[in-house]
Formats: sequence, structure tokens, C-alpha cells
Amino acid sequence: MAAKTVLNYLPRKSVVHALTGTTKLAFFLLFTFAGMLTYDTRVLLGLLVVSLLAFRVSRIKVSEVRFMLVFMLIFLLLNNFFVFVFNPNQGTEIYGTRHVLLPLPGRFAVTAEELFYLFNITLKYFVALPVAMLFISATDPSEFAASLNSIGVSYRVGYSVAIALRYIPDIQRDYHNISQAQQARGVELGRKEPLMKRLRNAVNILLPLILSSLARIDVISNAMELRGFGKKKKRTWYTKKPFGRNDYLALLLGVLLLAASIAITFADGNRFYNPFM
Amino acid sequence: MIEPVISFRHFSFQYRAQKRPTLHEINLDIMPGERVLIAGPSGSGKSTLGSCINGLIPFSFPGEIQGSLTVDGVDAPTAGIFALSAHVGTVLQDPDGQFIGLTVGEDIAFALENECVAQDEMKETVGRVASLVGIGSHLELAPHELSGGQKQRVSLAGVMVDQVKVLLFDEPLANLDPATGKQAIELIDEIQRRTDTTVVIIEHRLEDVLWRSVDRIVLMNEGRIVADMRPDELLSTDLLRRHGIREPLYLSALRYAGADIRPQMRPAQADTLVIGEDEKQMIGAWMRAAGPGREAEERPVLLEVSHIGFGYTPERKILNDVSFAIREGEMVSIVGQNGAGKSTLSKLICGFETPDEGSMRFAGEDMADWSIRERAAHIGYVMQNPNQMISKTMIFDEVTLGIRGRGYSEAEIRERVEETLKICGLYPFRNWPISALSFGQKKRVTIASVLVMGPKMIILDEPTAGQDYRHYTEIMEFLRGLNEQGVTVVMITHDMHLMLEYTPRALVFSGGAMIADKSAAEVLCDPELVCRAALKETSLFHLASRCGIEPPEALVQRFIDTDREVRAHGG
Repeated sequence: MAAKTVLNYLPRKSVVHALTGTTKLAFFLLFTFAGMLTYDTRVLLGLLVVSLLAFRVSRIKVSEVRFMLVFMLIFLLLNNFFVFVFNPNQGTEIYGTRHVLLPLPGRFAVTAEELFYLFNITLKYFVALPVAMLFISATDPSEFAASLNSIGVSYRVGYSVAIALRYIPDIQRDYHNISQAQQARGVELGRKEPLMKRLRNAVNILLPLILSSLARIDVISNAMELRGFGKKKKRTWYTKKPFGRNDYLALLLGVLLLAASIAITFADGNRFYNPFM
Repeated sequence: MIEPVISFRHFSFQYRAQKRPTLHEINLDIMPGERVLIAGPSGSGKSTLGSCINGLIPFSFPGEIQGSLTVDGVDAPTAGIFALSAHVGTVLQDPDGQFIGLTVGEDIAFALENECVAQDEMKETVGRVASLVGIGSHLELAPHELSGGQKQRVSLAGVMVDQVKVLLFDEPLANLDPATGKQAIELIDEIQRRTDTTVVIIEHRLEDVLWRSVDRIVLMNEGRIVADMRPDELLSTDLLRRHGIREPLYLSALRYAGADIRPQMRPAQADTLVIGEDEKQMIGAWMRAAGPGREAEERPVLLEVSHIGFGYTPERKILNDVSFAIREGEMVSIVGQNGAGKSTLSKLICGFETPDEGSMRFAGEDMADWSIRERAAHIGYVMQNPNQMISKTMIFDEVTLGIRGRGYSEAEIRERVEETLKICGLYPFRNWPISALSFGQKKRVTIASVLVMGPKMIILDEPTAGQDYRHYTEIMEFLRGLNEQGVTVVMITHDMHLMLEYTPRALVFSGGAMIADKSAAEVLCDPELVCRAALKETSLFHLASRCGIEPPEALVQRFIDTDREVRAHGG
């Protein structure tokens, strides 16, 4: 409806959706690990291709996850900026050469090495981002809980996370309704207002939102207890899918990617690919 | 001898945070296969009694218990909520809030999952129970794709997978439209017949529950059982009225006409009621004694809506070609089933959404260019749940919020707020924290917080949802008082009593179109309209046809007028 989606499950018929939650979780972990270990540009580019392909076959549209994407991009820009400010010579230290492109005063000269280093960091984000978004958007929250449970996380924790994910749309709807009623009473949240005032006005919406969310939690937790949630150490899952051929393939791919990433990255004893020497 | 399935003996309970016990000296036996209605006003302890049966007390709501309670052979106070859940299935009042799974099937399976039932067996049980409650073909659907009635079926199925002996319904009618409420009662009746479980219904809407028969009514007040009788007997007494429960309207009408209700008349249901010649004559005489109807003067049009259409997507229209006019000083209800477009209409009027076509005029002025805020100065909007509107901790601050930043001086603000608080009867409380108020008082605070902006019209979404008869009357009499002071009042409601008793005129919506605009009495005496809009006929309509009153609206009108008079004289 009118409420915009921040990040939630987007049901669809796709190869990615059909995988079990456990596979998706394992692949997500393997893949993120592969991306985290390496600064090797060739490996990162390879992983990026896999990541984008996975996003493509999931049939989830970029517009559906735009909010998260924009949020991450802003975060990324800030991150790059601060990496540069804190140590503009990190690139030189890593790659051992110094090609000055823009001679700024002090130590802030922009070098090709630093830019290449920042490019690699950016690349790492872009490798991890689509897969992370996929994991959340293409995994049924209940299956998500089941998958956490299958790798040894307590099902109580798993289910709490699942319920939280599942209530995001409801809480968004509440937020929307509350903010409309507040706007009618002159609480402006529009872009015309100064930032401080907007923040103060947001508090007027937050209080009723928190109270009504707490009431929701109360109802759901009573309903869950009345139906025996938490009774036993283990539980079974109605939605749990059997492992299929694609699951094994996906896991195999995950393991291979990680192995390849480690092999290529550490072949020359250095985590960085160095085009400058 | 048959043992009772639920047995309270000298049972008392006191919540940990309360100074006095909520339940006193309860002695109550419920036999297997019985259907028992537990009625009572808010705060009578009826919900607390239910929470004792299903184990929420003392495990989720701790407190001190005295006496004993046995449920299906289990000692309830010590057994624990999980042990009891195998014996008692509880359907809570909010079908949305208790939907745990992401699909119908998963939700029904929830209790089985917690029991570690294998997946194959789980799927089989879910399938069987789902068809029992008539939802078998919807297993894949998500909660938002279901109607309120379907969600309630899912909740019922979800507790029936456990083969429970007792089904406990906590205010099952609270969130349903009238027609769905009727179906819910039919469903409970049918399930009880087919499975022979014991059914306990906690509800204050007596007439609606009695649509299907119950064996006993337990009436509670102030933590004690004040009556435990067969419905026919209870309805022949004045106990209900004395304890703030509304008796069925057809019985009130008979009493107004001077008839005496006796158990032999079988008053529990409108269609089993025996109406003798004496009673018919009394009704006839009562009808003739009616004073002349008052002709309302034609006031100028305040809000004019013409040919409004709206949809979130172009393919799916939520409202289609809606036109009506509301005159100054009117009190109007907007009725129809969930999803008929009622709430969307109020959003369009308040400017939260913009119509795709058509126009709206307020006091002759085109509203198209008015901002949300400008509209709010003319039309106030009060949400259903006051907790969603209140954003300050003190009453005075909350009411002030709406007129700050509108160019008034501090002295003017103070004066306006105080005046509004006086109108709303909140002046003595002005420096109280809002958390100390009752639901009805909070509702007044939210109404005050929109009235302070000086609107000529207020729109209220379900002003009395979930309230018992006393609080309902309190809120509605307050709104009527405002109306008499010149505020035009529009209410979106599912409550047929509210519509009948307080709003002379009703706009009926169905499937995004307005299908009727006439008097509330006429609407509820039109079986075809009632069916199309998922409303519920008033039992007065049946009474009228059985006593040969033509047109039936005349009897309904006579009833409303008498009721008003009785209420005005504090009867």
C-alpha cells in the first residue's frame, strides 16, 4: 500500500527463493567471508559478477530495495571520506609507490595508490551488498528462523528475529497513520522545516509508535505462549524445505568461491593486488 | 457422575500491582460440552477469569491466588501455561495480533511445531483442521490477504490442532463487522456441535452472542459472579440493566411498551420469543402513543463531496464516483464492511491522500488546494486508538500541540485550550498525566486536541470500539453534547447500535461505492441493503414484522425516541 518498504521479504518465484534458508545463510556467510578476506581486485571483480548475477536471477527489482541501496551508498561515501581523512597515505604504504595526481597541501595529496585502495574498499561493499539484501529479501522470515536454528542458534532467538522482520510492514503502516494524524495537528515533517524542528516533531510520532508497538508485542507474545512456544528445547518447522540439487550446487559454489578467493589472494603472500609494481 | 471440566472453588485472584483482588470467592462449575457465556462490564473481572482458565494467570500476569481451580483434571494454578495449552485453546480478541505464521498453513501449524511434530504429520493435521473451520483452500495465503472473519477461522484452527477439551473465546466479536460477527457465532456453534468441546465465550455484546443458543450466562460484576442462570431466566430479570450490560433491543422495546418478560416467553432469541396477543396489543398502543415526529430544519451544506474516485494503483479503485453532502449540525454514520472504502474516504477528506477525480467543497469553498494543516482547522480527524494519537505526557500539552505555531499569542493559546478542556469535561484534570486516564477519558483528550483548532466538523474512526455499554454511552453522550453545541459529527462505525441510536442518517458503503444514503432505521430494516453492506438487521425489525407494524422503521424510530427520553431522564 502507501507505506514504503524499507527492507522485508519479497515473495517471488525464482531459483534463489526456492533454495532452503540454510543454504542461503551458508552461502551468504561463505560469500561474505570470501569478500572480506581479500583486497585482490581481480578476485573482488569476480565475486561482484557472481553477486550481481545472483541478484538478477532472484527477480527482485532494484527499485524495491532502493531505500537500502541509497542508505548504503551514503554510508559508503562517508566511509571512504573518513578513510582518506584519517590516513591519505594508506595506499602508498600498501602498494609501496607514490603517484601524486592532485597535490593538495600537507599530507592530503591525492595519490593514485590511495584512490585504488578506496576503489577496492568500494568494491568490497558492492560485492557484499547484493547478496546481503538478497538474503533478507528472498528468505521467508520463518525459514530464516529455521535456518538460524539449523546452524545451532536457539530457535527462540531465530523466531524473535523472524517476528521482528515480519512486523516491519505493520509498524510502517502504524507510522504512516500516526504521522498523518500528527500532520493534521500541525506537526510538520516536510522538507521545508528546519532539521532540528523536524527531529523534534519526529519525537511526537515516535512516542505513540513505540507504545503501540509494545502493545503489539504484548499480544503476540501471549498468543505464542498460549500455543506452546518455548515449551521444548527443539521445535520442528512447517515451512522447512528439503535439501535439493540446487542447494548442494549453491553450497559447492560458495565453498569454491571462498577457496578460490583464498588461493588467489594469498598466492603471492599479499592480500593486495598491486598494479603499480 | 460427570465431573465438571472447569471447576472454580473459593477462588480469588489479586494482580501483583493491584491493591485489591480482581476476583473474589468464585465458585463455578462448567460441565463438558456446555456452552457458557461470561458477561460483565469492563473491569468486572471476566477477562481475568478467562486468563485463569488458560494459564496466562499466574504465568504471564503474576499475582496471588487463593482457592482452587481445576481445568480438565489439571490443577491450573500450578500446571503452567504449556501444560494447560493442551487442554484449553484460546482465541484472543484481536485476529491480527495473534497471527503468528506468515501463511494460513504455517499459523495453524504453530502449536504443532512447538510440539516437535514431524512435518508430514503436521501437514496432514493442518489440512484436516483447516477444512473443519472452512479455510482449507486458503492455506497459502498471507494474513493481509484475508478478511477479519477468515483470520478468526485461522485462529480457531490454530488452537484446535491440539485436540483441546475447552475452547475459550476472549471477546470474539470486538474487531469484526456485524455480518462477520454473526458468522463467527455461527461457526463457534457449528464447531461445538461437531466436536462436542466445551465452549466458554467472554463477551459483553450479549444480543450478538445469543444469535445462537448458549446453555448458561455467567454475569460478573466487580470481581464476583452476580448471576449464573439459563439465558431465558436471566433475560427475565433486571440484572443485566443493573450491571451495565445492554439487553437485546427487542426486549427493551417490549418493556417500554409495558410488557413483562417471563422465562416462558423464551426471550433469549428473537426468533424463539413467544409474543402473545397481549404483548402485540401493548406494542400497538405504545406505537399510537408516539408524539409527532420532529421535522429537522434544512441547514446549509457544510461538506459537499462530488464524484470522488481514488485508487493506490490505477487498476484497483478503492473509491468510485462517490457523492454526498453533509449539512451543518448533522450527526452522520458511515457504515459498510472492512475494505469498503470508508477509511480511505476520511483520508481523502482530511487531505492525507489526494483523489484521482472529483471535487470536495467545504462551506462552499473548493478544498483542492488546501493543505493537510489548513483542512485540520475546519475538519478534525480522531483516530480509533487514542494511544496512536497521544504524543505528550500531560493533558494540557497534548491539547495545546495543535494550535502552536498558528500565530496565536501565549495568552490566546491558554484561553483556547482551557475553554476546550471545559467543553470536554477535562478542565479539572488539566494538569494530570495522560497515563492516569481511562480509555474513555483518553478518547476525550484526543477529541479535545482536534477541537482546539476550532473545526466545524469532526470525523471519528470507530469512536467506541471495544467499549462496554457504560463507556460507550459515556463517549456517545459526550459526542451528542458536542453536536448540540453545533459541531458536525461524522463517524465511521461497525456498531449498529451506535448508528441506530445516535445518528439519524447513515451513508452505506460497499465495494468502493456509496450504495445508500438514508435514515439509520431505514437502512437496518432493508434486508437486501443489510446483506450487501455486511451489516446486521436489528432485532427490532423482526419484532415489528411479528407484531404486524408497518412500516417496520416506525417501530425502530419509536424505540429510539423512547430510549432517548428514558436516558435523558436518567432511567
